[in-house]
Amino acid sequence: MTSSSPLAIQATQLSKRYGPHAVVQNVSFALPAGETLVLLGPSGCGKTTLLRMLNRLVEPDEGSVAVQGQDVRTQSAAALRRGIGYVIQQVGLLPHYTVAENVGVVPRLLGQEEPQVAARTEELLRRLHLPPERFAGLYPHQLSGGQQQRVGLARALAADPPIILLDEPFGALDPITRASIRREFRELEELRRKTVVLVTHDVTEAFELADRIMLLNAGQVQQLGTPKELLFRPANEFVRRFFDAEKFSLQLRTLRLADVMTYIPNEVHNNSLHTYKSADKVLPLSVTIQEAIEALSSPSGLQTSAEEEAVVWVEAGNSPSATAYISLTLPQLMTAFGRALQDVQTA
Amino acid sequence: MNTFTELLSFWHAQADKLGQQTLQHIGLTAASLLLGVLLGVPLGLLVTRRPRLAPWVLGVASVLQTIPSIALLGFLIPALGIGPGPAIFALFLYALLPIVRNTVTGIQGVDAAVVDAARGLGLTDGQVLRRVELPLALPVLFAGIRTAAVINVGVATLAAYIAAGGLGEFIFGGIALNNPAMILAGAIPAAALALAFDAALALLQRLPVRRLVRVGQVALVVLPLLAGLYLLPRATSRLLAGFSPEFVGRADGLPGLQQKYGLHPASVVLAPALVYEAAHHGDVDVIDGYSTDGRIRAYDLRVLHDDRQAFPPYQAAPVVRTQTLAQHPELAPVLAKLDGQISDSVMTELNYRVDYLHETPRTVAHAFLRQRGLWHDPLPVQGGTIRLGSKIFAEQYILAEMYEALIRGYTGLAVESKTGLGGTSICFEALRTGSIDLYPEYTGTGLLVVLQPATAVLDSLGSQPAAVLAYVHREFERRYGLEWQAPLGFNNTYALLMRRQHAERLGIASVSDLSAFLRK
Repeated sequence: MTSSSPLAIQATQLSKRYGPHAVVQNVSFALPAGETLVLLGPSGCGKTTLLRMLNRLVEPDEGSVAVQGQDVRTQSAAALRRGIGYVIQQVGLLPHYTVAENVGVVPRLLGQEEPQVAARTEELLRRLHLPPERFAGLYPHQLSGGQQQRVGLARALAADPPIILLDEPFGALDPITRASIRREFRELEELRRKTVVLVTHDVTEAFELADRIMLLNAGQVQQLGTPKELLFRPANEFVRRFFDAEKFSLQLRTLRLADVMTYIPNEVHNNSLHTYKSADKVLPLSVTIQEAIEALSSPSGLQTSAEEEAVVWVEAGNSPSATAYISLTLPQLMTAFGRALQDVQTA
Repeated sequence: MNTFTELLSFWHAQADKLGQQTLQHIGLTAASLLLGVLLGVPLGLLVTRRPRLAPWVLGVASVLQTIPSIALLGFLIPALGIGPGPAIFALFLYALLPIVRNTVTGIQGVDAAVVDAARGLGLTDGQVLRRVELPLALPVLFAGIRTAAVINVGVATLAAYIAAGGLGEFIFGGIALNNPAMILAGAIPAAALALAFDAALALLQRLPVRRLVRVGQVALVVLPLLAGLYLLPRATSRLLAGFSPEFVGRADGLPGLQQKYGLHPASVVLAPALVYEAAHHGDVDVIDGYSTDGRIRAYDLRVLHDDRQAFPPYQAAPVVRTQTLAQHPELAPVLAKLDGQISDSVMTELNYRVDYLHETPRTVAHAFLRQRGLWHDPLPVQGGTIRLGSKIFAEQYILAEMYEALIRGYTGLAVESKTGLGGTSICFEALRTGSIDLYPEYTGTGLLVVLQPATAVLDSLGSQPAAVLAYVHREFERRYGLEWQAPLGFNNTYALLMRRQHAERLGIASVSDLSAFLRK
């Protein structure tokens, strides 16, 4: 986000110890409005404690938190929390409230009018693929895990808070549900405008959702930066090792078409084997290599050339030439990706 | 089958009493439950907030629970006296443990994630408690109240011992009179009440949580109303009578008074041991008692003159097995040494020394014998044993001690005492079956409790001491092989007693005066 945005959250020198055990040590960060920060690290690294200090579910021993420029201790904990969405792994829906009542909890606490609450609840449920006519009257125990987490998300968003805190929100779901909810989450218009702090130990999840990642170990910040920075310029051995196992898949998710376009051989640019038709789909330069590969290998999305070779059309980027789009085959893409990696790593 | 028809006719005859006692019973239970909830739930919540208090609070509540209920009532008498107050307090103490414990368990059982999420959403501590923890703990909490209710319906029967009413009145009356139908008359409704309370609360427990909250609120209104039922029968009378269970049930007790004088005082039942104290402390105004009781003197009570002779003569005399008299001819003359020796006032004095000055019956008995020149040091035992029985009050103990000393002093027989044999029926059965050889009995008791003659016979005997003695003498010998000896002199009959000052202020000297006063 732009540097002119006001800081949504500023944490200064936060520390917390339980007995002799320091859970969080001297952590600071500044989060501009609209940014998504992922707190990443192994179990017990203090990421959840750090998150809970932001809405005062845990009071820090040292340091301070400012939300929207105001120290959180200047208002009551309850009032602070009503302005911050909160989602946890176990969801914690009130079992004696219906879905609609769960979603309406915070707006009602804030004294919003009943019709307004009802309309907002309905809108959110619809947006989260829980048709209100079917789900509004159900109780949490009648829902699947994925549905419960969607309701939890709707509940956190109900009062339209500018900040959302999420503690392993997808952690308890099976891989398939997890992937689909994560995609919904990423595509939720509602969340794009919000400042999000998300705790996870899942590296893929972190890379998929984060603007910036804070990698923690034993209560200490190892590195704070964009996914790309963490992947390609690890600050220390811990950071490097942390991503080792999934390095290739992370690289596919991190590099974008824009990053590899310069490595595409020149002849491709002049290739006229394929002719662009206006009905064909075009990938923007901002898609990741992973997404481009998916597009190339998915049967519905590809165009078939004379040689039966799959291609995708890509925006020609800054090229002002007449051909606004260029076609790309899988081998061409992979070659460019490989060259780009070599350069990035030796840089 | 016989008991069953007796039971039905008893209920029929005592329908209004049954209704009143049931209401009192519900009232006692409801009042104590209400107190238990009002104090137990906050206490339980406190424990969940300050876990360090948990061992203390739960420990004390557990200890309270282990105190036998009759003992707990006894402990409370010095502090709180008798009547509904201490009864409700004792019941409340019993209700405490299940309610506190289930409140704690219930709150602790609420999913921590739900509480965390609720706090994270911005519910204040109070809102978390009211909207999340309490509603979710309610089923468990309700189970605790249900347990407490059933315990209290049961324990509330004991409230009758301390003049707090309830269905225990019939039960204790029945025990005192060895009347199974009367015991059942109280026990069956009490059991039904416990089941009804339990079933009603079980129904509530099955309601969805949301409705349960509303029901809980309704209960907080209804319970005091139920408790109020308790006060209804009391508020209406000018004097409150406190009667022992036996007096209430016996033909020559309250029923006889009602018949002869048309006396219908508002009354409560309480343990025989407590009636005098109750009158003394003003908890009740009129009591039944025995005309020779030492506490008449100790508490400055007035014996109301039985001007229409509702109470038949109760001359005290030893009853001996004829077989024993035949085996030990030396026994009869020794027993006869006490003939006519003890007047009403003498007996009252002796009883006073035991009941009130706490001298032992033995000391009092021996002192009396010495004073009358009847004392003789024990002779060596030469064989044969006389088994002495007595009922469970001071006068009987004293008489038993006197007979023991006389038998030891004037015969070579050994004596074995079986004192404290409960009520008349137990003593009489022991004598009839040969478990004991003799015990002091009263002619009226023998007539009405043991022989239970037809009304025509009773009418013919009237209140003439000699006629009654002759009748019981003849009938005991004929039916049971038991022999009444000559009377000791005093007449320990039932008496109505009032505090002397109170009676004087109201101008009541006789039972007729009392009856007239109550009808004003």
